[in-house]
Amino acid sequence: MKQSIDEKLKILADAAKYDVSCASSGSNRKNAGKGLGNASRMGICHSYSEDGRCISLLKILLTNFCIYDCAYCVSRKSNDVPRVAFTVDEIVDLTINFYRRNYIEGLFLSSGIFKNADYTNERLIRIAKKLRKEHRFNGYIHLKIIPGASAEVMEEAGRYADRLSVNLEIPTERSLKKIAPEKDHISVYEPMDWLTTRIDEYKEDRKKYRKVHSFAPGGQSTQVIVGASPERDLEILQLSSALYNKQKLRRVYYSGYIPVSADIRLPAVKQAPLKREHRLYQADWLFRFYGFDMDEIVSENHPELDLEVDPKLAYALRNPSLFPVDINKAPYELILRIPGIGVKTAQMIIKSRRYGKVRLEDVKRMGAAVNRAKYFIYIQGRTLPAVADDPTKIRSQIIYSGKNAQTRLF
Amino acid sequence: MNQTLLYDGSVKGFFTAVFEYYERKLKTSTIRRLQGYESGLFEAPVEVITDQVKSERVMRGLQKKTPKGTVDMLVKVLHTELPDAEEVALQVVQLAFASPRGLRMDYREPCILRMKEINRMVNREIHRMHAFVRFQKTIDSIYAATIRPDFDVIPFIGSHFEKRYADQQWMIYDTSRDYGIFYDLKAVSTVKLTNPSWVGNRQLDEKILADGESNFKEAWAKYFHATCIQERKNMRLHLQHVPHRYWKYLPEKTKV
Repeated sequence: MKQSIDEKLKILADAAKYDVSCASSGSNRKNAGKGLGNASRMGICHSYSEDGRCISLLKILLTNFCIYDCAYCVSRKSNDVPRVAFTVDEIVDLTINFYRRNYIEGLFLSSGIFKNADYTNERLIRIAKKLRKEHRFNGYIHLKIIPGASAEVMEEAGRYADRLSVNLEIPTERSLKKIAPEKDHISVYEPMDWLTTRIDEYKEDRKKYRKVHSFAPGGQSTQVIVGASPERDLEILQLSSALYNKQKLRRVYYSGYIPVSADIRLPAVKQAPLKREHRLYQADWLFRFYGFDMDEIVSENHPELDLEVDPKLAYALRNPSLFPVDINKAPYELILRIPGIGVKTAQMIIKSRRYGKVRLEDVKRMGAAVNRAKYFIYIQGRTLPAVADDPTKIRSQIIYSGKNAQTRLF
Repeated sequence: MNQTLLYDGSVKGFFTAVFEYYERKLKTSTIRRLQGYESGLFEAPVEVITDQVKSERVMRGLQKKTPKGTVDMLVKVLHTELPDAEEVALQVVQLAFASPRGLRMDYREPCILRMKEINRMVNREIHRMHAFVRFQKTIDSIYAATIRPDFDVIPFIGSHFEKRYADQQWMIYDTSRDYGIFYDLKAVSTVKLTNPSWVGNRQLDEKILADGESNFKEAWAKYFHATCIQERKNMRLHLQHVPHRYWKYLPEKTKV
């Protein structure tokens, strides 16, 4: 028996790992009445796997049996892999025991699709319900919503989960049709939009009434696979900005496509596009935390992100007229646009300059990456580097110094 | 002449020393921990006796003279055992009392920046303890963990675990500073074990663990390996997040 649970854990964790969401943040479920667990607003990564990704939740599938045949998915029905399923109690036990030992923040439960969307979702909900009701578990629960889920089922899922997610996977309908013929975008957008409305409602209710049962307090997220279809960064980032603005998602995850099959419906790739994925996350960050509009990051004139330099530097190089920025006078928003200066440094500059002139040494000590920032900062009395008015030269100097620093490191 | 004040290493002790510093109108002076102090050739250090009333007076005065949260930051600095901890703390205190308008958060000032930097280090260590503590269930149903953090962070981690693990008894023990915290389902208290018997790398003895405890460690280690995407393997990034010195806590990183 013991052997078989370990074996299932191996197979069903392996099959779940391509879902990149790991967040355990954004919820504030309290441990009421001395039960077990709570959700930390910040989220906690309890470990990191050898691929460098955070391990925060026990991320598993209920089963890898699946009626669908999506080319990008390791559990597609035409793939020859061993099929197993957990029982409800097995998952509940694993979650509780891992949680009590401080291995995890909670559970991220997804599943292959058996019978239909609702049937599968009901099984997932049963586990969440048991954890909450019978074990008084207040840790983080992320439930996957299978595309095509009905309102009744989602209503119940939101009651027990902190976060819900419906995965878009393939960025455009046209590509999806080729790769996953049984799926369509409408079956993703319908539940997503329903959740958006319902989460808003919950937030409104909570303002009005003191006691209202929670509904997915950690919001919803989705995942887009990058590199399995021909969409450019422009299309992908336009898609995410719509998802953030319209569907009010907390997070859009980008998953660099890893060849899980030699399926002829997919492009032949050897290496996952990790660099591209990284740049997409940087762009996503600029959009969410740095006050950038997506069309400032990508547009028809430059539809792909520059792989060699980060998108903030790329923006500065395309807009030389905005620089150099006077850090002793400029508003916070502009200081935040200087390459090499992050939120923390920008805030420290703003606080400190009230008391006197902030110099380049100060900025360096505050933690800025001066090797990039120095071309874009104006300080009265300071001479800019000789190449500061030539974006092409700045670009090559920064790339060159970066490469140099790397060779020195190893 | 440079007068050295020695204190017992406690926060109260430090602020008592600060009190003495102002009381005796010492111009140049350093405050050091009594423990491990080696006297210089021309020094005549004075030992300060920790005094509740004096330290509270200084801390109250500081609360008035500094932005919210500053005193907590100083307390964290003093818990680091870093060689410049007392020096930085004293400089910040001096700045606060010297200016009629109180302390200004001017990060061009080296001691302010250093205080912030040290706090970032301490907070990261606290966060790492929240993440990397691994409990093992003992035969008397206590979930126990041993740690050896870079800084003395035990005083800062209890509240997190108390809120989270309210329905189980647990203990977290710092084996290098030889004290810990214990939660008995009602409250968290500081404990010092009289006869701690550690094995190996100051771990709990297998003999005191509950039946079947190793199964969970093994299952967790299996999960850890299964959830890694081999094609994305990136050991440099992995090590950046989980530096070697934390491996001793982690069943997924030690061979079972």
